[in-house]
Parts: sequence; structure tokens; C-alpha cells
Amino acid sequence: MPAAHSSALHPLNALLLAFPVALFPGALLCDVTYLNSAEMQWSNFAAWLITGALVVAAPVLLWAIVATLRGRGSAVYAVTLAVMWVAGLVNAFQHSHDGWSSVGTTGLVLSIVSSVLALAAGWMGYSAREKLA
Amino acid sequence: MKAESTRTAAAALALSLSLALVACDRAPDLDQTGPRPALPGQSETLVPPMKIARPSGWNGAMPTVPRGFSITPIATGLKVPRQMLVLPNGDILVAEGLGGNAPKLRPKDVIAGYIKSLGKSGTKGGNRVTLLRDANRDGKVELKSVLIDGLDAPYGLAYVDGALYVANQGELLRFPYREGTTRIDTPGTVVTRLPAQPNHHWTKSLVASADGSRLYVGIGSNSNVGERGMAVEEDRAVVWEIEPGNGAHRTYASGIRNPTALAINPANQQVWAVANERDELGAQLVPDYLTSVRPGAFYGWPYSYWGAHADPRVHPQKPEMVRKAIAPDYALGSHVAALGLSFVTGGGFGGAYADGAFVGEHGSWNRQELAGYKVVWIPFTNGRPAGKPQDFVTGFIGEDGKARGRPVGVTYDPVGRALLVADDLSNTIWRIAPDTARARSR
Repeated sequence: MPAAHSSALHPLNALLLAFPVALFPGALLCDVTYLNSAEMQWSNFAAWLITGALVVAAPVLLWAIVATLRGRGSAVYAVTLAVMWVAGLVNAFQHSHDGWSSVGTTGLVLSIVSSVLALAAGWMGYSAREKLA
Repeated sequence: MKAESTRTAAAALALSLSLALVACDRAPDLDQTGPRPALPGQSETLVPPMKIARPSGWNGAMPTVPRGFSITPIATGLKVPRQMLVLPNGDILVAEGLGGNAPKLRPKDVIAGYIKSLGKSGTKGGNRVTLLRDANRDGKVELKSVLIDGLDAPYGLAYVDGALYVANQGELLRFPYREGTTRIDTPGTVVTRLPAQPNHHWTKSLVASADGSRLYVGIGSNSNVGERGMAVEEDRAVVWEIEPGNGAHRTYASGIRNPTALAINPANQQVWAVANERDELGAQLVPDYLTSVRPGAFYGWPYSYWGAHADPRVHPQKPEMVRKAIAPDYALGSHVAALGLSFVTGGGFGGAYADGAFVGEHGSWNRQELAGYKVVWIPFTNGRPAGKPQDFVTGFIGEDGKARGRPVGVTYDPVGRALLVADDLSNTIWRIAPDTARARSR
């Protein structure tokens, strides 16, 4: 990359990273609303948000893994993304259960984990001055 | 340090993949038939286990029937045959159709819809009733005619005194019928609308009371266990009792998740049903069942199953409804997907088949070991089941594990003294008759 490129993330990578940062916490809010209302549509919303986050986060994670393997990225950043993504995947399956089991305690905990890690990855990604991925 | 973390990341990815793949539960041998089935604890796996038997066709093979019986295909090339009716003159009616228009609400609906489609024939439903005539009862159909066309996913059929009733997925229709007719062009009269939105379980089973004064319609739930919200479950998972004259209805029984076939028990004129129970509580929950439908009874859905076994997935939970729930009479096994029910009349086939009912088990996809895919015989004494289900028609799964056919409706034909089985995968009607009866007719 040319030296003039001051950001730690490629702009496309940064755009993609914005999705899990927004969608996982969005899913968490939907889960909380479902648990407070037992209104199924909130659980459905959460399921779509988690699916969307996973789809767009997949290339972000690959980008980070490849960069780390080449010795140019941050391993902490890559691991944060990886754990976020795995928690999100397990949560997607959890949200495929019916009724209360689609969220319950397990779904809520997984939503919290993937949200916190997405925010952490976003913080790292947008604050880093050295090449992250 | 960096390489170490990379390995961690790789391991995490591998874990996620294996989590997606490992969720299979082998079903240990448990007796889940009869009045008191073994009910194991609930097990909700991350990914529900499923196994699709891909269709292969019969390719000249035939289903297996007990010694002393013969089986022949009497009609092929139908468009998703589901339920049948034998008219007083011996003509056989076949309802052909495929309904349901429930929207896909979450990613799971999209994925499960695709997986289920792998086990189906891909034939578009005929939306018609076909008439088959075998006047000399030799097991060969001389005349095949579309009796009624332009229907909307017809399923239940009934005949009362010159009137033919057809249960579309959204209304109950009456057609005037004259003995011997092979075509009805007059549009049907709507007896009553039936709950039709969004029709997650779309089949509307139908039977007329023994004296013909009442019709009973089975209306399935709009979800597995209320996950489409309880608002769409109004008037669902119920059996309606309908006055044919004015279309007035009342709820005859409720909490009966998907009553896919209704029949009148000839011993006492009671309404009986087979019903499909809920999924995703494990390979051995919840058994589908055969039961007398007691007027006013609540059979638990969605709050509980087999009496007071509460389902934790339903919120808000309703302990008062769980307390009200009664257990059905007779379990058929988990995930067998019973879709057909017919009592024998007039002494049936005699011997061991003189008193009882046949049940068609379509077979289902939501467990690892295939269940159903056969027609069973359940002996009765004094109007109650008296013994274990016995295999009557088998061989629907080939040795390669692929499905050659899937039985749906079963109808005992008292005129031709035969059992008729609709197969909606190979789009065939099978006729099973005792060898002696065939020899006599020659």
C-alpha cells in the first residue's frame, strides 16, 4: 500500500466491519425486547440481523486471518473477530429454535458476547494507526 | 506469539464448523406405540437432526404386503394424490393438491423449505378431484376422469345423500352428485369458510357423522409450537363440527396440533383422528397419535403434550391450560407423520383384519433414523385399540435408502373389499386386496 494511505484498514474492509459492529448490537436489542414482550417478531428480527452480521463479517474475518498469516496484521484483532463470528454462528442456530428457545438465556448471552466483541473489533479497527488487516 | 494466535483463530473456526455438523442424535429403541408410550426427556439440539430420503421412484418394484394379499397400482401419473373416498357405487375419488402459503419469516424457514423440497416429487398439485372406476372389481381401473377441476388444494372428501363435500384449504364446498356421474361442472356451494391464513399446516381433513347430520373438519396449527405468534393460532389446532345445512360451526375439540385425517369408528360412531405432534424436542418426542376426539376436550397444543408434559418453548406459559390437557388414546411413534386413517367395516378382510384401522405414515425428515414410510394396521376390540401396530404395507424406502414412495391417505373400500393407499411421491394409488377375493372375482 502507498504511504499516503493513512488508515489502518482498507476502506472496503472498514465498510464491511461496520456491519457486525451495528448488526450484532442491534440483534441484542431485539433479543432483549423479545424477552420482555414474548412477541415473536423481535426474535425473527434478531435472527435476520445475526445472519446479516455473519455474512458480511465473514470476509472481514478472512481478511484479518490472511493478514495475520502474512505477518502483517494483528492477531488480537483476528482472534476477536473469530470469537465474535463463532458466537454469532452458534447464536444463529440458537435463534432457529422455536418460541422461547430461540432466545432464552443462551441466546441472550451469545448476543452479548458477539456484540461486545464486535464493538471491540470496531474500536481496534478504527483506532489503529498501524496496519491491522 | 502471532502464529499461536493464528492457530487459536483457526481452531475457533473449525469448532464452529463441527458444531454445525455434529448435531445428530441416534434414537435408542424405545417403545413409543400404544396407550402409554415411553416419553424421554426433552433434548433441544443446536441444529435439529434431519435426514432426507431422496426420491427414487419404484422402477417396477412394488410395496410389500402381508402373505395372502396382492398389491397393484390402479392409477399413476396423478398430481399429488392425498385423500380418497369410495362412493356408494364403488367409484373411487382422489383429492389432488398441495397447499400452504405461509410466508418465510426467518432464515430457518428459507433453509428448512429447501431441505424439505429435496424429499418431495416436485409435482405441482392438481387442484382437482379425480374419479377412478373399476366396475367389475378386478383391480383394474376402466375409467379415469377428472370429476371436479379448479379447486384450491382439496384434501378432505365426504359424501352424504347426493351431496359431495370437498374441503379446500380455505373453504368447505358442496357439490350435487348423481350416482354414476363422471364430471361435475357446476361450481360448488360454499358451506363455510375455513381458517386459511397463513396455512402453515394447510390440510383440511373431513368426515361426515354416521347419520350424515354433521361434518367434522380437522384444522392444523399455523406453526410447530406457536413460533408464528399466537394471534395466527385463532381457530387452529382444532376440530370443527359443522352443520351442513347452514354452515354453522362450533369447536368440537382443541389443542390437537395437526389432525390430518378423521374417521368414524364403526363400533360406536365416535369421531377418531390421527394427529401429528410437535418437532424439535428430540428424535423421540413427541409421538404422533391416534385418538377418539372427545367433544370439548383440549389435547394440549401448544402448551403441553401427552397430557401435562409442558413445552418450555411457549411463552407466556399457561399452567391452567396444561392442567386441562388430556392425553390422546394411542401413540403411533415419534415423527412418523400419520396422514391417513381408515377403519374397516363389514368384517374387513376377516381373520386378524376383521376389526381395526389402517394408518398411513408419510414419514418425516426431522430425525436421523427414518420413521414412518409405511401403512400400519391397528387391531381394535369393542371400539378401542387392542394391540400393537402391525406393518401392513412397507417397502417405501428402498435398499439404497431412497424413498420410492410415501403413503398418505388410506381408505378401506367396503364395496371392492380392498385397501387403497395414496402415494404422493410416486403419484400412485395402490390397491391391496386379499388373494382369495381376487380369485373369487375371476
